[in-house]
Amino acid sequence: MTLTSERAEYRVCPVTQFKVDLQSEALIKVNAVAAVVALTIGGIAAILIALTRWEAVGLLPPEWFYRLLTVHGTNMLIFWIVFFEMAGLYFGATILLDARLPKPAVGWLAFGLMVVGALFVEITALTGNSTVMFTAYEPLGSNEASPLFYLGLILFAVGALVAVGLFFATVVMARVEKTYEGSLPLVTYGLVVAAIIATYTLLSGAVALVPPFLRTIGIIEHVDPAFYRNFFWSFGHPAQQINLAAMVAIWYAMGVMTVGGSPVSEKLSRFAFILYVLFINLGSAHHLLVDPGLSFGFKTFNTSYGMYLAVLGSMIHAFSIPAMLEVAQRRRGFTNGLFEWLRKLPWREPGFAALAVSMFVFGWIGGVTGVTMGTEQIDMVAHNTLRVPGHFHAAVVGGTTLAFMGFTYYVIPLVFRKRVKFLKLATWQPYLFGLGISLVAVGMITAGIQGVPRRTADIDVVREVPGTVHLSLAVVGIGALIAFTALCMYLAVVLASVFTGPRVEATSLALVQPMEPVPAAAEGSHVAPKGTFVIVLVFLAFFAAFYLANWWMLGRTWFVS
Amino acid sequence: MYPPAEVWWRPIDRLERSWVIIAFVWALVLTAMMPLWFVVGKQNVPVTTYRTTPERFRETVEAFAAEHQVGERAGIPVVAPPPGGDAYVYAQRFSFYPILQLEKGEEYRIHVSSLDVQHGFSIQPVNLNFQIVPTYEYVITLTPTESGEFQVVCNEYCGLGHHVMTGTILVNE
Repeated sequence: MTLTSERAEYRVCPVTQFKVDLQSEALIKVNAVAAVVALTIGGIAAILIALTRWEAVGLLPPEWFYRLLTVHGTNMLIFWIVFFEMAGLYFGATILLDARLPKPAVGWLAFGLMVVGALFVEITALTGNSTVMFTAYEPLGSNEASPLFYLGLILFAVGALVAVGLFFATVVMARVEKTYEGSLPLVTYGLVVAAIIATYTLLSGAVALVPPFLRTIGIIEHVDPAFYRNFFWSFGHPAQQINLAAMVAIWYAMGVMTVGGSPVSEKLSRFAFILYVLFINLGSAHHLLVDPGLSFGFKTFNTSYGMYLAVLGSMIHAFSIPAMLEVAQRRRGFTNGLFEWLRKLPWREPGFAALAVSMFVFGWIGGVTGVTMGTEQIDMVAHNTLRVPGHFHAAVVGGTTLAFMGFTYYVIPLVFRKRVKFLKLATWQPYLFGLGISLVAVGMITAGIQGVPRRTADIDVVREVPGTVHLSLAVVGIGALIAFTALCMYLAVVLASVFTGPRVEATSLALVQPMEPVPAAAEGSHVAPKGTFVIVLVFLAFFAAFYLANWWMLGRTWFVS
Repeated sequence: MYPPAEVWWRPIDRLERSWVIIAFVWALVLTAMMPLWFVVGKQNVPVTTYRTTPERFRETVEAFAAEHQVGERAGIPVVAPPPGGDAYVYAQRFSFYPILQLEKGEEYRIHVSSLDVQHGFSIQPVNLNFQIVPTYEYVITLTPTESGEFQVVCNEYCGLGHHVMTGTILVNE
């Protein structure tokens, strides 16, 4: 049964046998290109501001530091990530479901709104007409932000909402037209979760940003700054939880594409995604923990995601994904000891390298530090110090951005139908990027523990700081240089592959190190993921040690209540 | 990536079930720590907040400074509030007013607010951090446990001079 009389044109992917709607494919391409453009702008800003915070270098004057910090935040946290997610949504709803895209014109409208919105923000930010940071805390923007800045953000959010609506319509239509059998694939399921979170996130963003916009054009006079903070963070933090859900979906996809196998328990993995939908938005209260006006009960319930159930969701994925790989490897015959399966993974395959490094940096650095400083009382020794960007650089850059980068290496042959060039660079890039970002994050976290504020052009002008602070900031600068080098490697691979060379059809999923298929005879046999169990226990021990050390640190400071 | 084959609603593997239980217990520990510390800990997040306006708060701070002033530093009054009593500090671009002089081991109710945009109230090198939001008067009940000269740093971006914004708290033995 078809719902409308529209016809779609398809090609069939020779490697995966998926049907590819050509309109959807075109939308995937333009959104991916816009994402990479935003990543490039944000990346150039990143290296300049990192070399300013490295006090020994002190590259930029304060005015340019704050200006480019605004550019960096908006490009990286909004434009790069959301454009890429839109590409991911089209991929999950059409290609993975063998479905067509209803009303492609709506997709183009959404893309147009997002591009126009992003341009408004880029222009006002780069010309110094909205140096208010990504957060634009009220009433800072009343003098310092142009109406176009707010309008740009609103148009971008509306465009993204339209695209999310089209995604839901596509998934429903695929169901009605029976383009796939049984349940949704787990990757698409994860993307549905990302889209649900995106819907209420983007609506909150509109509620937060419309009043300041109306104020800048003179329709209303006053915006309550605390009200703004609450709604802004219902947009600002969950916007990164859309990434989280999309990133986890992509982790599963990259695991299957580079190693093979299937989720050990579809039931549990889906349950973990449901926990995200139900609880993750509460986490936006992390930003309000030391704000006036809110009660202990409000802060604790929200910051704990209602008893840390969203954290439980992440800890389930932290087991399920390595377990999926371990089971596939053991069925291949790598059964010696606890970790032979681990050594025999395709470490030279770019997608697998990105998956492994992304999971490590996200969990061990980003996750652990985020949960710790999101604890109500501990936030008093962390709020607005460099610990905060330390946490989210590990989570969003080391985690999400690296996962998305790894995934693009497979989008190039399968969607752009070009041969990936410079494969050696692609193999090394995830490791180098992970190393650089880990240094950035650890440098920021150690500086933050010593009280260094975030978003500050120069800390030496107002107080003398110990040498260990300068050491931490130097680690940030060196890490940023390494990560920037890896970003350039990524851009070189992507640009050279996409814009040069003839169109070729892909012949296999793997780029560098193909794995033997899992023997059909072993499918369904019971295999215990013992190695994974050991890894997650070590992770938990590290988590607990870091968490408890922070309570100890808090207990030694001045009394406050 | 692919729709799951046949029935996927199967029992969970033993190790996986163990991990979910362990992780859930850890989530309960994380949850319990905050109320536990609320009861037994000596460092809890201040809650008391009043509504105010920039004009009214400035008057309150100036009256407080005039009443308890004990000295002056670079044009800013040094003010010693009575131990156990209230102290008032306002933040505005790009300074804090006035300088407080406290006694170690005594408790003070420090009211902070902003006369313009949002600021941070970050006591260094103690590293205690709070958000200052205009039109809200936040009461931080503080007991210094060490003596010396401490700095208040603004750690919320407040304009192009943000990085030079600083204040002082003196703590006597």
